[in-house]
Amino acid sequence: MYNFDYEKAASADDAVKAAGGSDDVMFLAGGMTLIPTLKLRLSQPEKVIDVGSIADMKGITVSGDTVTIGAATTHADVAGSSDVQKAIPALAKLASLIGDQQVRNRGTIGGSIANADPAADYPAAVVGLGATVKTNKREIAGDDFFTAMFETALEPGELITSVSFPVPEAADYQKLANPASGYAMVGVMVAKTKDGVRVGVTGAGPSAFRASAIEDALAKDFSSEAAKGVTMPADDLNNDLHATADYRASCISTLAARAVKAIG
Amino acid sequence: MAKHVGERMKRVEDGRFLTGRGTYTDDISKPGQTYAVFVRSPHAHAKIKSVNTEPALAVEGVVAVYTGADMAADGVGGLPCGWQVIGKGGTPMIEPAHPPLATDTVRYVGDAVAVVIAETRNAAKDGAEALEVDYDVQPAVASAVKAMEKGAPQVHDEVPGNVCYDWELGDKEAVDKAIEEAHHVTTFDLVNNRLIPNAIEPRAAIGEYDPAGDNYTLTTTSQNPHVIRLLMCAFVLQIPEHKCRVVAPDVGGGFGSKIFHYAEEAVVTWAAKKAGRPVKWTSDRSEAFLTDAHGRDHVTKAQLAMDKDGKFTALKVATVANMGAYLSTFASSIPTYLYATLLAGQYTTPVIYAEVKAVFTHTTPVDAYRGAGRPEATYVVERIVEIAAREMGMDPAELRRKNFIQPDQFPYETPVALTYDTGNYQASLDRALELSDYANFEKRREESARNGKLRGVGLSCYIEACGIAPSAVAGALGARAGLYEAAEVRFAPTGTVSVFTGSHSHGQGHETTFAQLTADRLGIPVENVDIVHGDTDRIPFGMGTYGSRSLAVGGSAIVKAIDKIIVKGKKIAAHMMEENADDVDFDDGVFSVKGTNKSLTIGEVAFQAYVPHNFPHDELEPGLDESAFYDPNNFTYPAGAYVCEVEVDPDTGECHVDKFTAVDDFGNLINPMIVEGQVHGGIAQGIGQALLEGCVYSDDGQLVTGSYMDYAMPRAEHIPDYNFDFTTTPCTHNPIGAKGCGEAGAIGTPAAVINALTDALRVAGVDNIEMPATPLKIWQALNGAKQAAE
Repeated sequence: MYNFDYEKAASADDAVKAAGGSDDVMFLAGGMTLIPTLKLRLSQPEKVIDVGSIADMKGITVSGDTVTIGAATTHADVAGSSDVQKAIPALAKLASLIGDQQVRNRGTIGGSIANADPAADYPAAVVGLGATVKTNKREIAGDDFFTAMFETALEPGELITSVSFPVPEAADYQKLANPASGYAMVGVMVAKTKDGVRVGVTGAGPSAFRASAIEDALAKDFSSEAAKGVTMPADDLNNDLHATADYRASCISTLAARAVKAIG
Repeated sequence: MAKHVGERMKRVEDGRFLTGRGTYTDDISKPGQTYAVFVRSPHAHAKIKSVNTEPALAVEGVVAVYTGADMAADGVGGLPCGWQVIGKGGTPMIEPAHPPLATDTVRYVGDAVAVVIAETRNAAKDGAEALEVDYDVQPAVASAVKAMEKGAPQVHDEVPGNVCYDWELGDKEAVDKAIEEAHHVTTFDLVNNRLIPNAIEPRAAIGEYDPAGDNYTLTTTSQNPHVIRLLMCAFVLQIPEHKCRVVAPDVGGGFGSKIFHYAEEAVVTWAAKKAGRPVKWTSDRSEAFLTDAHGRDHVTKAQLAMDKDGKFTALKVATVANMGAYLSTFASSIPTYLYATLLAGQYTTPVIYAEVKAVFTHTTPVDAYRGAGRPEATYVVERIVEIAAREMGMDPAELRRKNFIQPDQFPYETPVALTYDTGNYQASLDRALELSDYANFEKRREESARNGKLRGVGLSCYIEACGIAPSAVAGALGARAGLYEAAEVRFAPTGTVSVFTGSHSHGQGHETTFAQLTADRLGIPVENVDIVHGDTDRIPFGMGTYGSRSLAVGGSAIVKAIDKIIVKGKKIAAHMMEENADDVDFDDGVFSVKGTNKSLTIGEVAFQAYVPHNFPHDELEPGLDESAFYDPNNFTYPAGAYVCEVEVDPDTGECHVDKFTAVDDFGNLINPMIVEGQVHGGIAQGIGQALLEGCVYSDDGQLVTGSYMDYAMPRAEHIPDYNFDFTTTPCTHNPIGAKGCGEAGAIGTPAAVINALTDALRVAGVDNIEMPATPLKIWQALNGAKQAAE
C-alpha cells in the first residue's frame, strides 16, 4: 500500500468539500474493491475520504411506491430488510447473492454502483428496476448512470447519497455466478412495471444494459418461453476465460426465462 | 486403561488452532528482524541485461539488496533435485542449474531476480519497485507438447528440445502384440489439468545467523524440516549440517507444496549472515500463485485392449509431463514412479507399457500435489475403464468386477513393478454400490429428466501406493534419499511421555493420532503423551510428511521405539522385582511376573529408571528413552470405490455434485473421525480438480489464473454431504496394519466425477469433456453436439 491521507467525513457535504472535485481523491465506503486495489498497489490516491459512517447516507425508507436506500447501506442490511423484502423482494434477493457474508457485511450499494464493475450485481437492479441515483448535486436516471466499463455519469468529486427504486408490480433476479470470483457472469433482473417490462442485464457486457429484445418479447407475451425464444446478439458482450460472448448471450435468455417463471 | 485406538477422539491441537493461538512462521518475529521482498520476473523468458540496485538502496528503510551475482560470488549452489530418473537406453535425466536468484536468464513469470531487505515490509516493497532490471525478452513456451515441437523456444541451453527425460516402464512388445490381437481396443486422449495448491497459509521463511557459534536457524513453512536442512546445507549454502537448525512450527496446510526446498529459504538464511540481521519473508497470495510448485499437467494418450468378455489384456499409455522451468525437489519422480507404477489399478491387466516424456517449459516448476502421480494414474485407468464399459455395452461395475485382482491372489505382482500386499476390491465396490443406492439410479435419472436436468452416475475404483517408501526400492529407482522415518519415545521420571517424531503435522492431526497410538501401546493416559515435531534441534533425523506416510511409516517408527521401551522396562522391572527379565510380561501399562502376583506399573518403572539408586551399572543403564528408525518393507496400498452422481442443467451447463459415496480401505484406523476429515478434504480437492480448478497460462507464459478472481477453488456449496464407509484389509507388513489416508480423496475423486458427468451428457451425444468441466465447457460441449446433430 502506498501512503495516502485519510479523512473521515461526518456528512456528505463535508465529504464533497474535502474532495474538492479532485481526480486524485477516492471516496471509501465499504472498501470491498478499493482496499484490495490499495493493498496490491494498483491504486494510488492522494486522499481517501471515508463516507462509510455518514448517518444520513445509511438506511432504508419506503414511501409510497418508492424504496430509497442510503448509499452507505450495506448489502446485508438490504438483504435482511423486511421493508425491502416486502416491497421489492427481488432487490433483497439480489443483495443476498452478492459476494459472501463478509462482503455483504461491509460492501455498500453506493460503493458498488460508483465502482461500476461490469460483473457487479446491483447495476442489474439500477437498470432493470429503473432506479434513480441521487448525488450531492443532482438526480441521475438509472438508464443513464452506467456509461462504460468502470465508468459512470458521476463527475470527479460527485458523491452518491442514495438510490431510489420504484416498486414494480413484480420482479425477479437470476444470477449465473463466476465459479472463481462469485461475481455475475450474467445477472438478469426482470421487472413488470406499470410502464411495461424492464430487463436489466449485468455481467454480460462492458456495463449493465437493458435487453430490449427480451423486453419486447415479454411485452407481447409475458412467459418464460417467450424470453427463452429470444436470441440475444453476442456482438458487444464480454468474452473471457469463464464465459464466451455467445455463452453469455444464451444465458441472458435462459436467466430471463427463469426470472419470468419465478415471477409466475 | 481405557483404549483409544479406534476412538473418534477430538483433536487436541484444535484448541489452539480454533482460538487463534497457533504459532505459524509469520506469527514469529525475531529481535532486529528485517523484511525481504523478492523482485520477480514479469516475463516468462528473458535475458537479464543488467540489474541496477542503486535506486532500491536509495529508498528509505532499505537495508540491503542482493542479486544472483552476489550469491554466485559467495559460491552458493543451485537447488537440487532429489530423484534421478534414468530414461530409455540408460540415459539419465538432464538437470539444469537452478540458482536461487537468477543470474543471466529468467525462465518463468515469478522467477526471482533480486531480494530487497528493509526495515519494514512496505519499505522493502518500495525498494523492489525502485530496482531496475533491464530484460531482453525472449520467446517463451508454456505447453509441454508445444515445447517438444521443432523450433520451440529453448528453456535451458543444456536441454536441447526441452526434454528432461524420455522414460519407459513395462513390456512394449507384449503390449503391442496384445493390442493387435484384441477383440476391442478403447482409446482415450486426455489432459490432466494443471493445479495450483493454495494451502491456506502462504509460504514464509525467517533466516537467522548467530556469529557467536556460527549457527544458522531457518524457520519455515515445511512438511519436512530435516530434508530442507540437508538439501540447503549440503547442496546450496554449504553450511555444516550441525550448524543449522530448521524449524517448521505450525503449518497451515501443505498438500505437497511445502515438501520442496524453495529458493526463498536459502536466500533468507544466506542473507541473514550477509546483512547481519534476521530476515523474514512472507509470501502474499499473488506470489503463492506464481511460485508455489504447481501440480499435475499431463497430456496422455491411452489404449486399453480387451478380449470378447471384457477381460483386460493390455494397457498402453504415453504421457507428456510438464516440469515447468526447473526441476523442483521431487518433480522427476512424480510422473514416473508415482504414476506409471499405478497403472494396473485394481485389475489383473497382464501387460502394461508406459512411456513418459518430462518436458521443460517457461512456467512455474511442477511437483507433487496431493496424490502426486497417483491421481493422474487413477484418472487414466478409471476413465478408460468406464469408456470401455460403455463401448462394450457392459455395466461399468460389472466390467470392473470381471477384472479385479481377487482376494486370494495377494500378494499380487503387477506388470509395473509393484507388489500389492493385500486388498479386497470387490468388497469396497459392493459396499459403495449399496450405500449409493446404485440399483435405483435410473429412477433418479428419470426424475431429473422430468425437471429438464441431465443426471449421470460414475464410479472410480482407485488404488494408491502410499507409506512412502521402502528405501531399497526407492533407491533402486533413483531416489537420492532414504525414505524411512525416525522416532524417539522419552519417559519423564513422573511417567509422562514425549514422543519425538520425524513426521510433520500441518493439518493431519498427528498430535492426536500418535498420542492415541502411544497411550494404548504403553497403557498410560492419553493426556500424558505429548507429540513433538517440526524442529531439527529436538527431533531425530526424519523424512517428514507426504505420500500418506505418517502413520504407516512414522507411526511404525514410534511403535518400534515403544517396543524398545518395553524391553528396557522389563529389565528394570525384573531388577526391581528381583526376577528374570524373561519372566516379565507387559500388558496395558503393567509389568508382571508369570505365575506370581508381583507387578509394577510402567509409571513406577519409569520413576525407578531415573532414580536408579541401586542399578547394577554393568547390567542396567538408567533412563527410559528409546529411539528407532523404521524403514518399510513395501509400499502400502490403500484402495477404495467411489460413486458420484451429478446433475447438469443443459441450459447453462452448471454441474451439481448431488451424491458422493466413498468406501475406503485404509487398513486399521486409529481415529476414524480424523480419517474421515482427511477424505472429506481430499474429495473436495478432487471435485475442485474435476469441475473448478484449472491453471491457465497464455501462450507466451503469462499466468492467466493468477488470483481467486480467475482460479476457482471449491467452496462448501460445491460439495455434497458425503456417504462414508470403510472396509478393512490390514496392511501386512507394518506393526499397525495401517495404510495411509491423506491422499485417497484427491486420487479417486476426479475420475468418479467426470465419469458421472460424461454419463449425464451421453444422451446429448457428448462422450468426453476435459477437466475442469466448467459450466462454459459443458454448455459448449452440449451445444457443439446439438449443432453437429442438426
